[in-house]
Amino acid sequence: MLPLKRISLRSLTSYIDLIKSSKRAILGLGIICFYLILTILTSFIPYDATPDPECILAPPSWKHPLGTNEVGVDVLQSIIHAIPTSLKIGLFCALVIASIGTTVGIIAGYFGGVVDEILSAVTDIMMVLPPLPLMIVLAAILKPSMQNVIIVISLVTWPGTARLIRAQTISVKERPFIERIKIIGAGNLYILRKHILPNVTSVLFANMILTTAYAILSESVLSFFGLGDPTQLSLGTMLFYAFSTGALSAGAYWYIIPPGLAISICILGFTLLGNAMDEILNPRLREHGVV
Amino acid sequence: MSFMTLLKVSNLKVVYYTRKGIVKAVNDLNFEIKSSEVFGLAGESGCGKSTVALSILRILPPNARVLDGSIFFQGRNLLDVPEDEMRHIRWNKISLVFQGAMNAFNPVQTVGNQIIEAIMLHKKDIDKREAWHIAENLFTKVKLDPSFLRRYPHEFSGGMKQRAMIAMALACNPNLIIADEPTTGLDVIVQAEILRLLKDLKNEYDLSILIISHDIPMLATLCDRLAIMYAGELVEYADVRTLCTKPLHPYTRGLLRTLPTLDGDWQFTGEILKGEPPSLIDPPPGCTFHPRCPISKELCKRKKPLLTEIEPEHYVACHSVIE
Amino acid sequence: MEDTIVEVRNLKVWFPMKTGLFSKFYVHAVDGVSFAIQEGEIFSVVGESGSGKTTLGKAILGLVKPIKGQIYYRKQDIWSIPRNRVKILRRNMQMIFQDPFGSLNPKMNVFDTIVEPLRVHKLVSSQAEAQERVYQMLEQVGLSPPKDYAEKYPHELSGGQRQRVAIAAALILNPEFIVADEPTSMLDVSIGSQILNLMMDLKDKYNITYLFITHDLSLARMISNRIAVMYCGKIMEIGPASEVILNAQSPYTIALTAAVPRINSENRELPILLKSGLPNMASPPPGCRLHPRCPLARDVCRQKEPELIEVRKGHYVACHAVTEGWSFEPLYTQIKHRHRKSR
Repeated sequence: MLPLKRISLRSLTSYIDLIKSSKRAILGLGIICFYLILTILTSFIPYDATPDPECILAPPSWKHPLGTNEVGVDVLQSIIHAIPTSLKIGLFCALVIASIGTTVGIIAGYFGGVVDEILSAVTDIMMVLPPLPLMIVLAAILKPSMQNVIIVISLVTWPGTARLIRAQTISVKERPFIERIKIIGAGNLYILRKHILPNVTSVLFANMILTTAYAILSESVLSFFGLGDPTQLSLGTMLFYAFSTGALSAGAYWYIIPPGLAISICILGFTLLGNAMDEILNPRLREHGVV
Repeated sequence: MSFMTLLKVSNLKVVYYTRKGIVKAVNDLNFEIKSSEVFGLAGESGCGKSTVALSILRILPPNARVLDGSIFFQGRNLLDVPEDEMRHIRWNKISLVFQGAMNAFNPVQTVGNQIIEAIMLHKKDIDKREAWHIAENLFTKVKLDPSFLRRYPHEFSGGMKQRAMIAMALACNPNLIIADEPTTGLDVIVQAEILRLLKDLKNEYDLSILIISHDIPMLATLCDRLAIMYAGELVEYADVRTLCTKPLHPYTRGLLRTLPTLDGDWQFTGEILKGEPPSLIDPPPGCTFHPRCPISKELCKRKKPLLTEIEPEHYVACHSVIE
Repeated sequence: MEDTIVEVRNLKVWFPMKTGLFSKFYVHAVDGVSFAIQEGEIFSVVGESGSGKTTLGKAILGLVKPIKGQIYYRKQDIWSIPRNRVKILRRNMQMIFQDPFGSLNPKMNVFDTIVEPLRVHKLVSSQAEAQERVYQMLEQVGLSPPKDYAEKYPHELSGGQRQRVAIAAALILNPEFIVADEPTSMLDVSIGSQILNLMMDLKDKYNITYLFITHDLSLARMISNRIAVMYCGKIMEIGPASEVILNAQSPYTIALTAAVPRINSENRELPILLKSGLPNMASPPPGCRLHPRCPLARDVCRQKEPELIEVRKGHYVACHAVTEGWSFEPLYTQIKHRHRKSR
């Protein structure tokens, strides 16, 4: 059940107002926009993967500002083309996590009782397990592909969102208007869809941004361990190739640091924006009806 | 009963700076509280009465500003005194039982500890044992079992918490207690108990009480004099019997007529006060009540009526009454 | 002779409270209540916090399930109605809540809020029809011109306006019976009186029966035909409004009426006739619920719960002192001046 977020024009402008009020949010958004612009650019600049045997692991020069990799391909070009993959996977994961987490959280929070106890137990157990080792194990079991990477990351990360949505559902469920709708004669599914869901997804906004950051990081880690999709070039995959082909011992810092930095800054952008939005939105949730 | 003036508020003007604009919360307020009297400040929500209390104690929020006026207490203008003198005045001379006092206690500390903390903060050379002794005396004075000092706030009922707050307000023997909505949310019988307590304490300690509330019947039982506020301004004030039996301002009259009473046969009459209280960011020109007033004239839209003494000790701000 | 529209028989609503692994306590919110509401009347349930009055209102509307007893709507037991007919019943019984902001979905505008009941019951087939009915309703509740209010969201409205929207949403299904739970206690006095006036006008126009829940004795006196006084889950006294207030029989009602502040009373001392204490719904006292606080209490009050006995026409009291004819002197030691009709 996908969360159908009706983003009306009115709520968009109020979000933009809130973002403008925090320096951190502006910085985070700026970084994200930068990465998005790069992504758009890549559709115009095709990836030239022709190996250049003459410039294997060449240090930075005018021709190759960030040097070349082990087959002679320009590192800068590789990074630019790897970014969209990382972003894509991150965003897809965020969507899947939001879907699973919201569904579980809403059902547990609204129905309570045995349903809640079971779902909460599952959620709590999964939150206790260390995420990274779990992801590595799962990824190792499944075949390496982009789909499976997304599945693995989502499967391990949804409990956090579920907890959040459950708490929010419980608080919304207690409000008089829910009782009023019941008195009108609406059924549970209708109430969930039309009344609980829209009032609960407001917390999802900040949460999804942070989830994206976490997903990008997780994907990079998985790819670094060689568990990612070998046919897709992501930033983590670049680091995988860098290490496995001995860039470290060769001292080819231009092959290791830039991709690492690219990941870190990307995650930083999402985290800054996500944390700032979380801070801003929380006390306002009560004040504004729109947010 | 002496009739010395204890607190005199003159031309008080307080505004709040908000994102939506400048809220003119208190506009040219004039009144005085005598010693040994219970003075009531009545009004509906948003009329500025709580702002008056915060202004007297200088504990307004950061986005508030006192634009004009003076508050004279024991010969000093409270708006001008330096902060450390103000700190001495707070609680030692003027204390506050504020709105929602029932939730003002820290849930993880015993009530006793919190009271002692307040006592020791304001009376410098007291050790813990003496402070505890004072706290026990205070509890007895407010008819609470002193052993409850060792209990936590959640073990107190609403009425008991209110008594504890009153005990705290008495701790340093103030001359004036400001009570903001002291009985809101309490059951009728508990309210009667708190009102009786306040009356007894006032007589025993010979202090004055400024009570702020929207509950006019409650104020009528407790106060000696009563003032009605509307949209940041005082519209009428007099001693309580005169105000309740011979109200002159159309707002006061409308308000008193809408109040349900237990005695006599009542038929539901038509709408008495139409409309809503005005926005304080953009109040109506002239008399702020004129859009809702059944007897408003052209003059009311242009010129603001001044608080005038119509008969001895009965002040009204209304053009129709003044002429 | 008017019909009985709602009847409550021996209603008990208990909420489980889990305190230990094996022990289970119940909060006796409503603990054996019986009465009947006549068509077209305004019936008030008056009580303080912890009396169970709100739970009673919710139980009558079927929001909470009673552990014992029955609730009849036009002679039908509401818990025996087949599921598919429950929805139709809901059209006849609606509620107005205490918190005007909480009763509206902050994400829905005024139009959507008011049209929703029609859509849930599939009573409108076109947007034009919906708009006509909603606009008409907005006019009825005083939100005029309707198109100025239809697009607004709750946070853009004042307290009084929100309550009018809530009333419109309750009324659009044309219910016969409305439970109003403290509809004005969170509003200013002047606004609250406007809302009450509105509710009275609508009552006359649409022939509605009201169950009014309030803690304000004066308000109940002013608008009701009959009043039931609740304490700790039980009814202490029930009868015509003026009777119950001016000729109160139960010590509880007498104490309540004595403690209400009055504007023009000569005597400014409010008598306190009951000892301090709170109703404990988790473990209610045996016998009469009031006995720990009542100055008239005797042994039988601790042992046996009093029944509601008719003392005057239509006026019932649950009190041993009344039915046994004990002296009420101990209750009146604190009252100096009081007008009382003789019993």
